[in-house]
Amino acid sequence: MAIGLDTEKANEAVKGGYASLERFGSKRWRNLGILAAAVVVFCIYAIHAHGFRLFFQRIVDALNNGFIYAAMALALVLIYKATGVINFAQGNMAMFGTFIAYVFISDHGFPVWLGIFIAMLISAAGGAAIERLFIRPFDPSNHLAIIIVTLAWFLILGSAAQVIWGADPHSFDTPFPRNRHFDFLDARFFYENVGTWLVVLVTLVLVSLLLRKTKIGLAFRSVSSNLESSKLVGIHIGRTIQFGWALAAAVGTLAGCLIAHNTFLTPGFMGTVLIYSFAAATLGGLDSLPGAVVGGLLIGLAETMIGGYVTPLGSDLALGGALVIIIVVLLVKPNGLFGSKRAERV
Amino acid sequence: MSTAVGTTMLDVRELWAGYGPVQVLHGVNFHVDVGEVVVVLGANGAGKTTTLRAICQMIGTKGRIELQGTQLVGRSTTDVVRRGVAHVPQGRGTFPDLSVRDNLEVGAYTRRDNEVSTDIDRWFDAFPRLADRRSQLAGSLSGGEQQMLAIARALMGRPRLLLLDEPSLGLAPLIVQDLFRRLGDLNAEQGITMLVVEQNANLAFEIAHRAYVLEAGQMAMSGTADELRNDDAVRRAYLGY
Repeated sequence: MAIGLDTEKANEAVKGGYASLERFGSKRWRNLGILAAAVVVFCIYAIHAHGFRLFFQRIVDALNNGFIYAAMALALVLIYKATGVINFAQGNMAMFGTFIAYVFISDHGFPVWLGIFIAMLISAAGGAAIERLFIRPFDPSNHLAIIIVTLAWFLILGSAAQVIWGADPHSFDTPFPRNRHFDFLDARFFYENVGTWLVVLVTLVLVSLLLRKTKIGLAFRSVSSNLESSKLVGIHIGRTIQFGWALAAAVGTLAGCLIAHNTFLTPGFMGTVLIYSFAAATLGGLDSLPGAVVGGLLIGLAETMIGGYVTPLGSDLALGGALVIIIVVLLVKPNGLFGSKRAERV
Repeated sequence: MSTAVGTTMLDVRELWAGYGPVQVLHGVNFHVDVGEVVVVLGANGAGKTTTLRAICQMIGTKGRIELQGTQLVGRSTTDVVRRGVAHVPQGRGTFPDLSVRDNLEVGAYTRRDNEVSTDIDRWFDAFPRLADRRSQLAGSLSGGEQQMLAIARALMGRPRLLLLDEPSLGLAPLIVQDLFRRLGDLNAEQGITMLVVEQNANLAFEIAHRAYVLEAGQMAMSGTADELRNDDAVRRAYLGY
């Protein structure tokens, strides 16, 4: 009788029928080929059916949403790297931060940029406080407890905003020149949208530099890589995770303020955005900052293009499409496009 | 205060430790002098790893652990590390998603001086394999390279005391020999005090000044490396002849 365990077979038995899917997902170039072919066929169909002008304009419009999803996905990735969980409260944290900016701008007459900046600082303090009071008491490896805490804050912030500001939509000013645009290749580029793109890209660069070049950034990357060893080199784990929460809260508020002008500000306005951002972060690989941005852009494109050209789907069903993307990515490529593999040689 | 400040690096008295309701150490006593390499031998489950984790205050402990006269019991791990204890955990404990250089840099996290890059260059000189791979992710290194990296990272903190948890685990025999030769050199040339926990007694005796045998959570035997190497019981149980 053979006693040695065939680990590969054992693993497959555990994974069940999905092992074949994951094997399918592991052939990178073939998959990219399939994806590229599908995209090319779709583009040819789209241009052929409705002309290049509409096609290009839709791409431009898709980027507007895409960059917002990218910014929110950035915030999700920061907390995932720090805490190891998806922050379900991220959307409502951003919503609450945007309301704070609204109070400064509309009620107290602050310049838009200054209002957003102050709201980001207040959000950072709020994120740090949530970490200190509600995350740190738990064992960092107790992910379930931490997820429940984020769900609780999702509800608390949602209800609080409803009580304080009511359910009616408020209009939120844009920090960029309003309703002005330039044309390029027959497509309309509004300054407020192009401004959003640039702000998100600059945010990505700044956050990356912060993590690459500073001591707290080094500590942050260490904690997200190996918690136990981080303790053994003398890093203050709690303060480092707190830094991640503060940063994520500020980035989330920035994203909220950038999109609020297009969507109007209500207590629920970040709900849909958050679902798309989940999809973006999953697609990008959950622990990769550039992955979050690429994922956000791809989700934005998929949403606008599929919703625009596959008319029976429409924009309502596009949200379901985001969930389908999450599930397919998790099945076929669990580490996303840029996520680290978590496999080490020993 | 310890009776022999200046010569005793670590003095452990009546150390009790465990995980929740499970007591692993039942009143362990031992000491490590300045500049010494002390080896703790023991079978699986004897409490070797627990002893090191107790020194770093990563688990609940009772008793006295004095680092040059300072009681460590009750302090945070961060505090213990800042006081000069470096711990290379079992299974290397490198940061797989960080580059080799970043791993060394984070090893100096608690330092406030500006000689960190000098030290990084120094350890790159000592471990040229790491220098060749300085911008690779640590997770892509071989087991032996990761162990070297883990030791170099621990040394980046300029520790007073280096704790090594089964450094030979999972490494090929030739690599283990090289590793222990280097550890011996580090002690001889730089005077680094080490407490090494090992199952590979043969090699550990090569570099050790003194040794203890840990059995079922208590120190069963102690002596110089030569005394224990020639002890019949130790030979049968840990040297295999």
